[in-house]
Amino acid sequence: MTIQAEPGKGRRKSPFSTFTISTFKTIGTILVTMLGLLFVTFIIGRVMPIDPVISIVGERASKETYDAAYRAMGLDKPVIIQFFYYIRDILQGDFGQSLLNARPVAEDIKRVFPATLELATLGTLIGVIIGVPLGVLAAVNRGSWIDQIARFVALVGYSMPIFWLGLVGLLIFYGILGWVGGPGRVGIFYVDVVPSVSGMILVDSLLDGNWTVFKDAMSHIILPASLLGYYSLAYISRMTRSFMLEQMNSEYITTARVKGLSEWTVIWRHAFGNIKVQLITVIALSYAGLLEGSVLTEIIFAWPGIGSYITTALLSADMNAVLGGTVVVGLVFVCLNVFSDLLYKFFDPRAK
Amino acid sequence: MIKLQKLTAGIIFCLTASVMTLPSLQALAETPPDMLVIANRIDDITTLDPAESFEFAGSDVIRNVYGRLVNFDPLNLEKGYEPDLAESWTVSEDGKTITFTMREGVKFHSGNPVTAEDVEFSLRRAVILAKTPSFILTQFGFTPENVSETIVADGNTIRITTDKKYATSFVLNCLTATIGGIVDKKLVMEHEEGDDLGNNWLKTNSAGSGAYRVVSWKPSESVTLQANENFFRGAPAMKRVIVRHIQESATQRLLLEKGDIDIARNLNPEDIAGISGKEGITVDSELRGRLMYISLNQSHPVLSKPKVVEAIKYLIDYTGMQDSFLKGQYTVHQSFLPKTYLGAIEDKPYSFNLEKAKALLKEAGVESLEIEAGVREAQERVEIAQSLQNTFAQAGIKLNITIGTGKQTLTRYRARDLDLYVGAWGPDYPDPQTNAGTFAYNPDNSEEAKATGLLAWRNAWDPGDLTAKTEAAVIEGDREVRKKMYEDIQREFQARAPFAIMFQKIEQTGRKSNVKNLNLGGAITAVAYWPVTK
Repeated sequence: MTIQAEPGKGRRKSPFSTFTISTFKTIGTILVTMLGLLFVTFIIGRVMPIDPVISIVGERASKETYDAAYRAMGLDKPVIIQFFYYIRDILQGDFGQSLLNARPVAEDIKRVFPATLELATLGTLIGVIIGVPLGVLAAVNRGSWIDQIARFVALVGYSMPIFWLGLVGLLIFYGILGWVGGPGRVGIFYVDVVPSVSGMILVDSLLDGNWTVFKDAMSHIILPASLLGYYSLAYISRMTRSFMLEQMNSEYITTARVKGLSEWTVIWRHAFGNIKVQLITVIALSYAGLLEGSVLTEIIFAWPGIGSYITTALLSADMNAVLGGTVVVGLVFVCLNVFSDLLYKFFDPRAK
Repeated sequence: MIKLQKLTAGIIFCLTASVMTLPSLQALAETPPDMLVIANRIDDITTLDPAESFEFAGSDVIRNVYGRLVNFDPLNLEKGYEPDLAESWTVSEDGKTITFTMREGVKFHSGNPVTAEDVEFSLRRAVILAKTPSFILTQFGFTPENVSETIVADGNTIRITTDKKYATSFVLNCLTATIGGIVDKKLVMEHEEGDDLGNNWLKTNSAGSGAYRVVSWKPSESVTLQANENFFRGAPAMKRVIVRHIQESATQRLLLEKGDIDIARNLNPEDIAGISGKEGITVDSELRGRLMYISLNQSHPVLSKPKVVEAIKYLIDYTGMQDSFLKGQYTVHQSFLPKTYLGAIEDKPYSFNLEKAKALLKEAGVESLEIEAGVREAQERVEIAQSLQNTFAQAGIKLNITIGTGKQTLTRYRARDLDLYVGAWGPDYPDPQTNAGTFAYNPDNSEEAKATGLLAWRNAWDPGDLTAKTEAAVIEGDREVRKKMYEDIQREFQARAPFAIMFQKIEQTGRKSNVKNLNLGGAITAVAYWPVTK
């Protein structure tokens, strides 16, 4: 039987030192994780059997042009020195220049990451808003038609290739019905209309008070976001269902019912209250997965996000861009982990 | 339980409501009459500096932004080069100096006049910066040290002196290339950083005199061009041109059918078939310069036997591929100059002939052979490799296909590490030398020469007297004689080179039928937007 501890009770004597220790632990974990990530990606970048110089100078460059670029990239230096230079630059917020378009990678990421952030956030929202209640309903009405529908929805979400769903979605909702905008973030008439503050068009157009652009951007994002939302919905609803089933079979639920509490209170306050913590992990993971950028969705919807950015960079051996993108994605993962840890403590006093 | 039902009803209501409100978000269809919207893959653009750009999508932008001394008329490419920013030119008696007289009254987008001094600056700059395409100019003997004497402005004229006599057509053809773009000296030098001659600034900005100026370039997202109302050939009808990066063929097709774009440039054969005959949409086919070939590494003990080379050329199902998975995309072509180039020939001596190939292999004493093909992961190339695998197997040759990314495969090819390479080659500038100088020219075949830029060297092939013949064709002043020389070189190449040229590219474009006069540049140049009307 699970009993929720009351906050404030049973606090240890020196909370400050515990707090300090845990903070240091968290920071230490982040640093070690990030260093490991940098090291692994760097090594992978070096052992790839491709010649990064050719990607800049082209395969028809003269020997002089090639050599000049080789030296400019620091490739004549020992690998370990290159790694240290790299770490030093990263610490200064400098991811180097993209080998391909010669722009600072940090600037490119600033451009592509908000696009992914916008899409992933909306997708996760859709996934949570529909997925969690669906999972709860399915668990409560186990074996009923709601459960069957939830199972079907999840199964389809799991097993359909996302590019296929995306294309069919585009064909139906954009091509035939014309309900939503086509691929891209906004229609061509609205490109660069609102000043870029956050890089997320929905947010920027709201800040600017420009409803026309907001509506247009919404019509473009709704389909890919629903698609990603559906994907995370499939996962979230399945997990919610199994968490809830576990709780519903517990004795305290029977006790609560016997006490005459309303079904609503039993389900949402007692049972759901106990799965919040587990759900947070599930949602955070699914959110992080979407923030990595979903390459196929981005390609089909011509969405200039970080997934297709890293993929393009990888295929053109643009290692600065790949490493920069990977570091950002890694950082997002670590931050989300820390954030969900914090939420744990908020929802579950035992974790304090 | 009642509450639960309410909740279910609530969710269903919310879903229905959100679906019902969607129609109000519907986007506009049909592009405005003075705007051209194009879907294309533009993630290959790395720079917009004409002295540095060397990719297709970059050339497409630069052709519309920068004028050149001489250029092609997009509506009459067959005519060859014609005056652009230069009004006329004369050639000195020794054939080494060409003097151009500038057209009067042409202005850059900035309002600065286009002068001979700008030309001097632009060409010298391209040589000094020594970026990838600089060889197009430096092959005439220009060096950063000698440009102050070899490229000289004098009043209204610009004088260009080459290190030896070259065919005038060769020099002028090269000046039509992207690197021949004339930049606004004053504006560029205002943005110089260090001594980069404005290179960093020009990567993302424009300083030209052409029909359009660059409004913005967002890598892998879009390029926006704005019409130059003072364009010396007259203001373009399309005031704004937007090229959007759309990777997927199916997505491009949907956009075209909905009318959100005017041109779709990367439709695959299935989508081309899908839109063919649809009302309001036209499919154009234009011959481009890209060739598909296979090459055999001559350092391989068996592949270097002439009979084996010949046998393999008979083991390729040219028409079979053309009529199946390459349908509409490629046409059979077996010589190294693309159709429409000076000296191009249409001889097709080879076809799939299993008996003949078997006999040749027997004569060469080859009973069984296992070789590795390096193929980059592009669909058409993999399919070609699979077709070869099938036809080779019929003659007892086992072809192992190694698929890699473009860079991986290329790195091994350049290191002479592949037995067989399934390759594509696009000409760099519209002169026959561009292909002759790489397929049929290899003065030093030794491993130490490291002439990785030459296709002949990559395959460890010594072209023998073809090297000298190619050198001779470059300096031949008489256009007709020069043409004949290339024809001979190609026939000899066809007979004994370890290259089987197979196909020439056809670019199929989906176009809204109301868009007129769009020319993609054929085999020799890039797209032109200024003649386009709707």
